[in-house]
Amino acid sequence: MIHARGLARTFKTRRGTVEAVTGVDIDVSAGELVGFLGPNGAGKSTTLRMLTTLIVPTAGTATVAGHDLLTDAAGIRRQIGYVGQNGGAGPDCIVADELILQGRFYGLTSARARTRATELIEQLDLVGTENRVVNTLSGGQRRRLDIAMGLMHLPTLMFLDEPSTGLDPQSRANLWDHIRSLHAEHGTTLFLTTHYLDEADALCDRILVIDTGRIVAEGTPDELKRRVSGDLVLVGAGEPARVAELAAHLPGSSDVVVDGAGVRFRVPDGARVLPALMRELDAADIAMTSVEVRRPSLDDVFLAVTGRTLRDAETPTTPEPATAGASR
Amino acid sequence: MSVLTDTWLIFQRSMRQSLRNPFWVIIGIVQPFLYLALFGPLLIPIVQSTPGFPPGDAWQVLVPALLVQLGLFGGLFVGFAILAEFRAGVIERMRVTPVSRIALLLGRALKDTVVLLIQAVLLTVLAVPFGLRAPIGGVLVGLVLVAVLGFAMACASYALAMQVKSEEAFLPIVQAVFLPVLLLSGILLPLSLAPLWLFNLSRVNPFVYVVDATRAVFLGDLASTTALVGIAVALVLAVVTVFWGVRTFQRESA
Repeated sequence: MIHARGLARTFKTRRGTVEAVTGVDIDVSAGELVGFLGPNGAGKSTTLRMLTTLIVPTAGTATVAGHDLLTDAAGIRRQIGYVGQNGGAGPDCIVADELILQGRFYGLTSARARTRATELIEQLDLVGTENRVVNTLSGGQRRRLDIAMGLMHLPTLMFLDEPSTGLDPQSRANLWDHIRSLHAEHGTTLFLTTHYLDEADALCDRILVIDTGRIVAEGTPDELKRRVSGDLVLVGAGEPARVAELAAHLPGSSDVVVDGAGVRFRVPDGARVLPALMRELDAADIAMTSVEVRRPSLDDVFLAVTGRTLRDAETPTTPEPATAGASR
Repeated sequence: MSVLTDTWLIFQRSMRQSLRNPFWVIIGIVQPFLYLALFGPLLIPIVQSTPGFPPGDAWQVLVPALLVQLGLFGGLFVGFAILAEFRAGVIERMRVTPVSRIALLLGRALKDTVVLLIQAVLLTVLAVPFGLRAPIGGVLVGLVLVAVLGFAMACASYALAMQVKSEEAFLPIVQAVFLPVLLLSGILLPLSLAPLWLFNLSRVNPFVYVVDATRAVFLGDLASTTALVGIAVALVLAVVTVFWGVRTFQRESA
C-alpha cells in the first residue's frame, strides 16, 4: 500500500537549511495498522505530508495506493483519506454541508454524497450534530467529524496525523475504538502518527520509530520491546551478591545491579529464564523473597534506540518562538 | 469541466459562509451609503465653485469613485477570512482531495465578486434619489469594470494571505497599501485638481486609471481613451492577480 525509498525533505529557512526528514524507507501492506512514533519535530508530519502529496520530497521515491508519488499525485489523492493535525472542517460551516461537499470533491453525486454523509454520521456517533456549526462541537465530536470527512469516498488507505492530540482521556479511548473498528470492519489500511507511546502500543500492529528525521526502529510493539531492551527482572533474596553472580551467568542477561536486598537485571525474555534461575537459587540454597518480571514499555524502547526518553526529546534544547502557521 | 464544477462547489460553500455571517456584507453597503449621505452634499457646492473639476455634476464624480472604492477595498480585505480557515486545516484538507487548486481560489474570489456587484448595484440605485443621472449603458459598463477590479483585488488578497499566513502580518501590509492607493487614486477628490507633481505621482497608481475610466463611462464616453485605458488596466490587474493567486494555491506549503 505504501512503498517509500529514501524519502527526504529539507526546508529552507532564514537560518539555513533544515533537514526535516533525512531519508526514510517505509513499507506498509494492505490492511495493516501502522503507527509512526516519535517526538514532536522528529519528521513524522513532514513524512506524512509527503506521502499525502501535500509537499514534494526533495529526494527519494514512493508508491502510495498503487500510484507514483512523483508522477501521479492526482491518482493518490483519489485513493487516500487524510485527517490532518488541525482537523479540516470549516469552523463556521454546517457539519452536514462540509461532509457532503467533501464527497462532491471526490466526484460523488449530490445524492450519493448525502447518503454517505448520513452513514458516516451514524457510524461515528455524530447523530444530532448534522445541522450544527462546526465550532460548537466538542473536541471529540470534531475529531470524529474530521475522520468522517476523510472517509467520505471510502479510501483504501487512511492517514491520521496525531489523531488524539488535545482530547480528554475519555474521548481518546472512544476515538481509539472508532479507529479499531474502522480497521477491523472495513479493512482500511491505516497509517497514523503519534507522539504518545500508549497510543502506538494500544492501536498499532506495527510501529516505526522516527527520531531526528530518520527511522531508528521498526516492529510490532512486542518485537520492539523484546528486541531493544529486554525484560527487567527484579529478584528479592537473602544473599544479593550471590544472586547477582548467578544472574550474570544466565543466557543473554545484562545490566546486573545489586540494589539493597534485591537484584535487578535484564534478559531478552524474562518469563523463560525465570524457572532456570529459581532452580539454581534452590540448588544454591538461597532463600528468595520476591520475583517480578517487568515488560519494557515503548518508553524503554525509545530510550534504548535514541539514548533519550520521549519526554526529553520533546523539550527543545533551544527555545524557539512559535510561528503561526509554520509547517513542519 | 471539473474546474468549473469545483469552482461552483467552492463558490457555494463560500457564499453560504457569507450568508451565515452577513455583518461584513452589511458594513460594505452601509459605508458607501454614508459617503452618499454625508459626503455627497459637501461635494456639490465644491464642484460648482471650483475651476478644474472634471465634467459632470457632483454625483457623476462621486458615485463612480465610490464604486471603485467599494471594488478596491471590498476586495482587499477578503484574505483575512481565509486565514482562520487555513489555521483550522481547511485548505490543507481540501488540497489532499482531487479538487482543482484553481477552484479553491476562483470559487472564493467569484463569491466576493458577486457580493461586491450586489453592493455596487445597491449603491448605484440608492444614488438616484440623491440626484445621480447617468446613461444606463455607461453605468452597466462601470459596474462590470468595478466587478473586474474587485475580482482582481480579491485574488490578490487571498494570494497575500496565503503567503504571509497570519493576521498579524496580513493586516499591516494591507493597511500600508490602503492609504497611498486611496490618496493617489482620485477617489475622494479628482486629481485634476492636484498640483502637477502630485498628478504625475498619481499616474504610477494603476487604480487611478480605473477611477478615471469609471467616471468617463458614467458620462457616456464609452469609447474614449480614458475609458479604454481603464478597462485595459482592470483586465491586466485581473490576469496578473489570478496568476499570482493560482500559483499560491498550487504551491505546496499553501
